[in-house]
Amino acid sequence: MSENQYHIEVKNLYKIFGGNPKQAMELKEEGVEPTKIFKDTGQNIAVNDVNFQIERGETFVVMGLSGSGKSTLIRCLNRLHEPTYGNVIIEGEDLVGMSSEKLRTVRRKKMGMVFQNFGLFPHRTVVQNVYYGLEIQGVSFEERKKRAYDVLDMVGLKGYEESMPNELSGGMQQRVGLSRALVLDPAILLMDEAFSALDPLIRRDMQDELLDLQEKMQKTIVFITHDLDEALKLGDRIAVMYQGRIVQIGTPEEILTEPADDYVRNFVEDVDRSKVLRAEHIMKQPLAMVDSKDGPKAAIRKMRSEGISSIFVVNKKRQLQGILDINDAVDLADAGKRSVSSALRTDYHEISPDTLLIDLLPLARDAKYPIAVVSEDKRLLGVIVRVSVISGITRDYDNDQTSNGSSQNDRADSEEEVNE
Amino acid sequence: MMFDPANWFTEIGGPGDLFEIFIDFLQRYLGWLFDGISAGLNGIIGGFESIMMFFPPMVLALILSLLAMSAWHFAGGKSTRATVIAGVATFVAFILISWMGLWPSAVSTLALVLVSALIALIIGIPIGILSAKVHWFGDIIVRPILDFMQTMPAFVYLIPAIILFQRGIPAGTIATVIFAMPPVVRLTNLGIRSVPKEIIEAAQSLGSTSKQLLVKIQLPIALKSIFAGINQTIMLALSMVVIASMIGAGGLGSDVRRALSRVDTSLGFEAGISIVILAIIIDRVTQSLGDKAGYE
Repeated sequence: MSENQYHIEVKNLYKIFGGNPKQAMELKEEGVEPTKIFKDTGQNIAVNDVNFQIERGETFVVMGLSGSGKSTLIRCLNRLHEPTYGNVIIEGEDLVGMSSEKLRTVRRKKMGMVFQNFGLFPHRTVVQNVYYGLEIQGVSFEERKKRAYDVLDMVGLKGYEESMPNELSGGMQQRVGLSRALVLDPAILLMDEAFSALDPLIRRDMQDELLDLQEKMQKTIVFITHDLDEALKLGDRIAVMYQGRIVQIGTPEEILTEPADDYVRNFVEDVDRSKVLRAEHIMKQPLAMVDSKDGPKAAIRKMRSEGISSIFVVNKKRQLQGILDINDAVDLADAGKRSVSSALRTDYHEISPDTLLIDLLPLARDAKYPIAVVSEDKRLLGVIVRVSVISGITRDYDNDQTSNGSSQNDRADSEEEVNE
Repeated sequence: MMFDPANWFTEIGGPGDLFEIFIDFLQRYLGWLFDGISAGLNGIIGGFESIMMFFPPMVLALILSLLAMSAWHFAGGKSTRATVIAGVATFVAFILISWMGLWPSAVSTLALVLVSALIALIIGIPIGILSAKVHWFGDIIVRPILDFMQTMPAFVYLIPAIILFQRGIPAGTIATVIFAMPPVVRLTNLGIRSVPKEIIEAAQSLGSTSKQLLVKIQLPIALKSIFAGINQTIMLALSMVVIASMIGAGGLGSDVRRALSRVDTSLGFEAGISIVILAIIIDRVTQSLGDKAGYE
C-alpha cells in the first residue's frame, strides 16, 4: 500500500467544535465562510480539510498565528482531540475509530508529546516525571529509573534527577518534558509550541539542541510554532496554517521564495533571509584551473578573459589545492616556471555548502579572495564573492536576475581588485 | 399527618406536606433500615466513647497530646521546640477541660464529631471525585443538592432526623453528617477540576488509563484542596454539636443548652471554652496535615 511509505498521513481532517458538525459541514459545502458559520451557528471549524504526508525522520513544522487551529491539529494526531471527520494514519494504521485500548498502546509505544507550558507533574520529582510513562506500563522500578537517568543524562540534566520540577528554570523544565517523551523511545515526537514559553536565548539553545538530538535520533517530528524564524530553522518542510486550513506546504526556501498567497507573503516579509539562505543558494559555478595540466600562462589567460584577479586551483579530483593570485602568476611566468604549485596561497576562507548567510557575512567583509564552498572531501563546489552575499540578503523573487546580476557585479568587483 | 390515598388532593396543602409524606413513607416502609443504622451508629459512637472513657482523663489527655504532636512533626515545617510547646499547650488545655468537670462531655463530643466527620468524608470524597470526573453529574445533580444542604437552616434537618431515628445520638450524627458534608464534596471536586489541562493531556499522551490518571495524577495534585475540604468538614461537624444537642446528641452541646435554659453564665462560658479548645486543636492538626499534602 502506498500509505505505508509515509510515517504520518492526514486525510481530509476536520475538527469542528460545537454540538452540530453536520450543520457546519452543510453550510461549508454551500460556500459559507467559516467565520460566518461560527457567527451564525456557533460551530467552530478549527481544523478545515487538512491533508499532508510526513516521511519517516522528517521534521514537519506547522506554523500559524494563535487561533489558526495548529494546536487543535496536533492534538488530533494523537486524539487528545477527537477528529470530527477524516483520517489520521500512523504507520499505515488509522487512529480514527481505533479502540481506546489500542489507542493507548499507540500513545505508549509510538508517539510522545511535548507541551508549551511543559505539563510537568508538580508532585513528582524530575526522575519520577520522566519514568511516569514506563511506570504506567508496569516496567520495574529498577529498569525505569535507569532508563530515566540515561535520558536525563542525554539532555544534560545529570544531577537534577531528584529535584522537584518547580526548582528548575524554564529551559530545564522543558528538557524534563522532552525526556519524559523520549524515555518511551517513540518514533514520532509531537511538539506543541514546545519552546514558545522560553526566553529568546534559551529558546535558541533548545532549538540547536533539538537539531543535534535529531541528528542522532532521527525521529519524525511534528513541531507547532507561531515563530517563523523557528519554523525556518527547524523544519525540513513547513505547513502554513490560516483559519484552520493549510495554505501552503513547502521547504523553508519555497515558503520564502514562492509564497502561495498574500497571507504567507505577509508572514515571510519581515524574516531575516540571512538566517535561512545557505551558501549553496548563492554560490556560483567555480572557475578553476587544474594544477597538473595548466601552467601560469594558461592561468593568466583565463583570469584575463574572465576579468578576475585570482583563480582557485584544484587537482584532478577537483579537490581544492589553493588559490593563485594574478601577481604571483605573472612572476611565475616571468621566471619561466611551468608549475603553479609553489605560488599557491591558502589565506582564503573555506566553508561548507550549508553555512548560513548570516555566518558568511563577517567572512565576506574582510575577505581578500572569494570564499570557496567545498564538500566534505574537499571538492570545490562553488565560489562566493562579496556582492552575492549582499544580494542574497536582499529580497528578490526573480532568482535568475539575482544570479545574473551577481555574476556581473562579481566581475566588476574583481576588476576593481585588479586595478588596485 | 397520615396519608390517605383516596383524598390525596384535599389533604396535600403544599410542598411541605409532600416532604412530610415522603418522610412518613420512609419511616413506614424502611423503618427497619433506619433502626439498623441507628443501632450501628449507637454501637460505634458508644464504643468509641467507652474506649476513651476507659482511660483516666490525665492519661487520655497525654495520649491525645502525643498524637497531635506526632501529626505536627509528620507534617514538618515546624521546629522541634515549637512542636513540643504546642504539645504541652494541648495537654494543658485538656487538663483545663477536665478541671472544669466537662471531661465526659468533651469526650462524647469528640466521639460524635470524629465519627460523623468520618462518615461525611467516606461518602463525600467519592461523590466529589465522581462530580469532577462526570461533569453532568457534578453540575446538574450534586451541585443543587449541596446548595440545598448548606443553605437549609440546620434546625430543619433535626425534624426528619428525629422521626426516622428518634431522639438521641444517631439522629444527631445523621444531622451532623448532612450538615458537614458539602465542603469536602465541593473542594474535592474543585481540586480535581483545577488540575491544569496540559498536565492531564500530558498524562493522557503518555497512555494513562482513566484510573491511572485519577490515582497517580489528579488526586495527588488535588490533595491540598481535598485536605482543606476535610478540615472544613470537621470544623462544621463541631459547630453542629450545639444544635444536635437539641435532639439529645449529648456532649458539650447539651451543657451549652442547659446553661442557656438556666441562664448559667459560668457553665455556658466553660462549655463554650471547651468547644473552642477542641476546635482549635482539631483545626491545627488537620490543617498541618493538609500543608504536608501540598507539593509546593
